Amino acid sequence: MLHALIMRVHTAIQLIQSRVSLAKSSARVTREQTCRKSRIAEILKAHQDDLAAEWVKNLQATGTGKDSRISESQLREQTKEFLVLLSEAAAAGGDVHSQAWNATVDFLEDVSRSRVQQGFTSEETARFIFSFKQPLFARLRAELAKDHEAFAEETWAATELLDKMGLITIAAFQKTREDLINRQQQEMLELSTPVVKMWDGILALPMIGTLDSARTQIVMESLLQRIVDTGAELAIIDITGVPTVDTLVAQHLLKTVTAIRLMGADCIISGVRPQIAQTIVHLGVDLQGVTTKANLADALSLALKKLGFAVTRTKAAN
Amino acid sequence: MALVKSEELPVRLEQDVVVARQAVRRLAVELKFSLVDQTKMVTAASELARNTVVYGGGGTMRCEVLIDGGKSGLRMTFEDQGPGIPDMTLAMKDGWTSGSGLGMGLSGAKRLVNDFDIVSEVGKGTRVTITRWK
Amino acid sequence: MDRIPILRMGKFLLVSIQVDMHDQLAMTLQDDLTSMIERTGARGVLIDISALEMVDSFIGRMIANISGMSRILDAHTVVVGMQPAVAITLVELGLSLPGVKMALNIEKGMAYLRAQRAAEEGDGLNASHHSDDGEAGYGTRQE
Repeated sequence: MLHALIMRVHTAIQLIQSRVSLAKSSARVTREQTCRKSRIAEILKAHQDDLAAEWVKNLQATGTGKDSRISESQLREQTKEFLVLLSEAAAAGGDVHSQAWNATVDFLEDVSRSRVQQGFTSEETARFIFSFKQPLFARLRAELAKDHEAFAEETWAATELLDKMGLITIAAFQKTREDLINRQQQEMLELSTPVVKMWDGILALPMIGTLDSARTQIVMESLLQRIVDTGAELAIIDITGVPTVDTLVAQHLLKTVTAIRLMGADCIISGVRPQIAQTIVHLGVDLQGVTTKANLADALSLALKKLGFAVTRTKAAN
Repeated sequence: MALVKSEELPVRLEQDVVVARQAVRRLAVELKFSLVDQTKMVTAASELARNTVVYGGGGTMRCEVLIDGGKSGLRMTFEDQGPGIPDMTLAMKDGWTSGSGLGMGLSGAKRLVNDFDIVSEVGKGTRVTITRWK
Repeated sequence: MDRIPILRMGKFLLVSIQVDMHDQLAMTLQDDLTSMIERTGARGVLIDISALEMVDSFIGRMIANISGMSRILDAHTVVVGMQPAVAITLVELGLSLPGVKMALNIEKGMAYLRAQRAAEEGDGLNASHHSDDGEAGYGTRQE
């Protein structure tokens, strides 16, 4: 689900990037004339309130602000603030990487981040900028109706500018999502690898979920470190919660057992279900004398025995 | 892919193997490799540096810090002008050795890194390049 | 020329490797240890590698050699304190050191050596006391 989302954001960005570069090459012809100062900044400043009102109307028409995720007043504030920043920055020139644009870019990134938190999709987030196109172009047409050349030129400049703004918005949106995913992955790894002490000298690692290389490595390292820290001579790896075992996972398990033995401890694998036993044999994986038990209780009982403990019942159960 | 840093060390004597290991450890720590990844890279370097000394008659080790996209990596190139390897398939096999080792050098080093490349010409020399990404 | 010191404690020899070993140093240690076992009639050798940050195939082979040689000279060898990162790397490298007895720390290593000695000398009381120290065979890898 997250993957699908990332892919969609990716495609959206690629689309915009290709549009920007395409437009750039076709704009080269008119470039010489843009030495004359763009009038966008001026127009933005003069018609700020009208533009903001139309923008909000447009946004609402496409669905933004219609539910509880964002209020109309919030939307008005954001459009207004952006227009103020944009008109200031545009007055300083069209290079969005220059100092003058910092505040605008920061603002857009903040908006994107808040959209992620409010649960907007990447499309809805991008629409914030793109729904400003129509009011801005309409305004340009009205202002420059008599000068066709200037109109074409300014329309192009506005398109380029808004595409860049859109790109920044989506990049920030994606970055926020990625950070979120990374953090969750890290948390998931930490949550899913608890090494528990079963008895004096016996550790257990209940594995839950699918095992991949990265996860197995982390699990393996934390188990080995705990063995050093506690001096436990026996580790039980319980795979009851592991849905499937393929060749790679079986090999990882084998490597873990070998590493544990190299450190001078030993390992029992428990929770091997019949299907997994079948898979292991079908795959032709040789578990090389690794002790396996059907369940954790059997493994613990064997571990206790190996360490010289005996469990006896002192009173009959009721 | 951008090259951030590059150093070259001679690998001629047995003691140079220790120096090479320490250089790799230092770079791996600088790159903030995990302890396991550091150890893997140092061990691979140790195997290949020894091969350079023992079988290649001495040569050089070049360490390079790379940045590719968002990830950083450590690349090492071991080069000698020794006799070269006549049968590569055999040399890459576990347990096969032309000397007195365990025959785990080349195949083992390959398992410890992400990228492994070997070029050898009989009578000209051998070049092994390994890379591990963070 | 530098050497790795070998300490004698009763019937046991103790070695703690604290330096980044070059190959010659490893070979010297192998020679020194075997001649010392013969000279002192030691029955056990404990090698502490907890300070070693790396074990490659050469050092791995030296450890396996010492273990095999001392066995022929009638002494048990136990290698203690291998670091997790070193163990993971060795496995990946393809070495599992079969036939070498490993222990988690010096204490457990010594307990193993004592248990072996007690078992060999037929000291029944002592042997049962140490029965949890590995002589039953778990942890030892027999090929």
